Amino acid sequence: MMLAPAIMALILVSGSVSLMMLLASVFALQVVRHWDIHSGSERQLRLERQTYLISTLLVWTFVSELIALLLFIYNAEAMSGQFVGAMCATGVLNVNDWGWPDLYLKIAIFFAGSTWLILNHLDNQGYDYPLIRLKYRLMLLILPLVLAEFVVQLNYFLQMDPAVITSCCGALFSADAEGVAAEISGLAPRTSLWLLIGSGAGVFASGLHFVIRGRGGLLYALLALFSFISALVAIISFIALYIYEHPHHHCPFCILKSGYDYVGYLLYIPLFTATALALGCGAIAPWRHISSLSAAFEPLSHRLAWSSLALFLLFYAVAAWNVLGSNLVMQGVWW
Amino acid sequence: MKIELQNVKKAFNQGRSNELWAIRGVTTTLEPNRITCLKGASGSGKTTLLAMIGCLSRPTSGRIMLGERMLSGLPERFMTEFRRHTFGFIFQRLNLIPGLSTLDNIMLPAYPLAPRHHQLLASAQSLLEQFGITDKGNNPIEWLSGGEAQRVAICRALINNPQIIIADEPTANLDSRLSTEFMGLLERLRDLGKTVLITSHDPLVFDAPCIDRVIELRDGEIV
Amino acid sequence: MIALFRRQQYLLSYTLAAMLRRKGRNLALLFVYMLIIFVLASVMFLSHALIREAGIITAQSPEIIVQRMTAGRQALIPADYLERMGRLQGVNRREARLWANFHDAATHKNYTMRVDSHRELGDGEIIIGASMAKRLKVNPDDQLTLTSTHGEPYTFHVKGITTSPSELANAGLVLISAATFRRIFAVPPGYFSDIALSVPNPREVRTITEKLLKRLPDTRPILREEIQRTYDSIFAWRQGITFVLLVGAIFAFVIFAWDKANGLSSEERREIGILKAVGWETGDVLRMKFLEGLIISLCAFIAGCLGAYLHIFYASASLFEPILKGWSIFYPHFQIRPFIDGLQLATLFFFTVFPYTITTIIPIWRSAITDPDAVMR
Repeated sequence: MMLAPAIMALILVSGSVSLMMLLASVFALQVVRHWDIHSGSERQLRLERQTYLISTLLVWTFVSELIALLLFIYNAEAMSGQFVGAMCATGVLNVNDWGWPDLYLKIAIFFAGSTWLILNHLDNQGYDYPLIRLKYRLMLLILPLVLAEFVVQLNYFLQMDPAVITSCCGALFSADAEGVAAEISGLAPRTSLWLLIGSGAGVFASGLHFVIRGRGGLLYALLALFSFISALVAIISFIALYIYEHPHHHCPFCILKSGYDYVGYLLYIPLFTATALALGCGAIAPWRHISSLSAAFEPLSHRLAWSSLALFLLFYAVAAWNVLGSNLVMQGVWW
Repeated sequence: MKIELQNVKKAFNQGRSNELWAIRGVTTTLEPNRITCLKGASGSGKTTLLAMIGCLSRPTSGRIMLGERMLSGLPERFMTEFRRHTFGFIFQRLNLIPGLSTLDNIMLPAYPLAPRHHQLLASAQSLLEQFGITDKGNNPIEWLSGGEAQRVAICRALINNPQIIIADEPTANLDSRLSTEFMGLLERLRDLGKTVLITSHDPLVFDAPCIDRVIELRDGEIV
Repeated sequence: MIALFRRQQYLLSYTLAAMLRRKGRNLALLFVYMLIIFVLASVMFLSHALIREAGIITAQSPEIIVQRMTAGRQALIPADYLERMGRLQGVNRREARLWANFHDAATHKNYTMRVDSHRELGDGEIIIGASMAKRLKVNPDDQLTLTSTHGEPYTFHVKGITTSPSELANAGLVLISAATFRRIFAVPPGYFSDIALSVPNPREVRTITEKLLKRLPDTRPILREEIQRTYDSIFAWRQGITFVLLVGAIFAFVIFAWDKANGLSSEERREIGILKAVGWETGDVLRMKFLEGLIISLCAFIAGCLGAYLHIFYASASLFEPILKGWSIFYPHFQIRPFIDGLQLATLFFFTVFPYTITTIIPIWRSAITDPDAVMR
């Protein structure tokens, strides 16, 4: 199992990314300790050069983790044939206790990385790098996530046992099973729809407020996160069902398959990107008063906010399109 | 705008056994729209000082101001951005990139600023005209004579329309005729409103009539 | 936004021009890079294609095959076992099959001889697969002679040619009549090779298997899903082993890349110094160098994958067959059908482009931080 090339590739990426983050952290510690923008000493010049390396390492970390996330899900799909009881990625993730935590960590790293990069971009526009100590300290918080992900993923693959019968999405996401997934699947579609609409309204309101007034970035980020979770709940609760045209198929991964025209990508990519950009708004919002950043703040915040609002809109539009255009009719049953 | 230096110092290999203080406290003001010459033997620190004024490196201590703006404390990204608009460089060894054409060499400093291509090309060609080498535009650099290459170097220095031209030992590799020609070109630049700063240990330069001021350096200090 | 785009355009045009100026150095790297990708891609494409072929064949195979075991080895199964199985809920068809492998002593090739109850074949008449017909240059109504391992020649009359979705299954298939079969392989009447059960609902397969084991204790039911899983695992394992063996090559390539990236010629160093002196920033130089790496990676990846595709699917993987098919002198020759998906390309990408890019990060950074005032001296 371990020798399957896709798995080896994933472990390679995780390991390399951990090494890159460790290296970046070593340099970051040096910067945090000795940085003095007003000094012209050779050490300061050396530290300034190191900031380029740290940024580069982090960009590649983020890009690699992003592609690895896609590879991970794709691979889980492809491996479903090797496990008894698995018919899609859900079954493969259920094979042992490490599968789902690995996915959650990968998603967390995606958001942490994107937020950091946005904050880094803002700081670089200030001629005295006002946030440099803060951002490198924050980066040091991402390091344990990355290392944990490496360990969790390694355990996940090492402990994969094809002899164990796993449960597939039908069992996991069914309303009569136990656990979080079941709770979500059991949620009445009406409730989750209201949740979706409510969070959507909140996101648009706070986003527009942030763009127009320049305040409330943190609120926007929090509401976006809430929308993100509501959206995932909504997908499992009813959107996926409309796509599958089956009243009991709740799986969030099967919509990525070719059989459904890859519509899952059209839902997840805008959703994830919109949330990431909104979190970025929240990350830069507290710093708008810093003088050296004031020129850069407004254009950046506008770009982030508008793009994330547009992507949220895209998500809601695609979801609505699929629900309304589906052959499944639940009028009278759910609504 | 005038350039002000306040107790500028520069050290290399700080803290190590071969620590060297190339500039030991220079304080002076350079007036705009003048040709100023830094004179001194090799090792006197004139190239180092020139590099610091031109935002190519940072002083270890002290301040450099351009008008109201402090140049010395800027991190590299901003220093470079400022340098692009403000300074044009002519190097001792010209440092044109072989393998590129004349026009490509001239347009090179403008790439990070990303102007519209046809505008950039137009500026480059008008510079070629100004300095009398219009038909050499598409020739590879290697085909140019010494004098022509010198003019290309000047055009390159002017592509971003900088206020201040800096030339380091510009006549070191030129014969007397070309040197005199070069000094004439610098005079033209001054007449266009630019400030010119050159270093040299060639008497033909620092004794030239167009030089407005000579600053002599020895062992990192002004004498 | 537009300015950003234009800036990338300028960087790109400079990078391309710079790369063309240093053709020799870049070509060497490109060649090695392409070779590595070619080898890995070949392994990957071949094994995935084989997995898919195996998948197609096994999909056609019956859900349960019941074999009789005597003293731990497979034996002929009597026809009355069909009734002794009893009523099995979920089995919609059961068939006693006759088939065996025939080794042709003359050409040292293996053929699978099978009795197809749906076809009317006279004594000595056979139907063969299309690729086999092509290879042996045999047409309908021709004669075909095969020699058994005992030296006995059997002459057949080719009645027709069959095609089937999988080349693999097709490649060595010979359909004959029951009478001819029993004569050649000395199988007495009333006995068969095995019994095939068709079970439409996969969830009932296990229950049926348990019942079979109870009612016919001297048999071994083979489940199609087990076969599929085993094939998947074996091929993945074989693929993995090959990759592991090639790790040495990848490592060498990575060191080579590091060396190339680090060993900047003095002229290159000077050029970067000039760029920085005339107004390029460290970030611009970094971007330019990474762009260079990306262009080389892209060219190598496309060329390597294309080459591997042609190698596997048009030249029949001549370089790799032994490893992946497994000591396969017994394997009939077949043309593999092309099959590539995103997973393979992504895995390839992570084994080649990713290590290359990561290794070059530090050397590129070191070259980009070249001090511009070094150029003044």
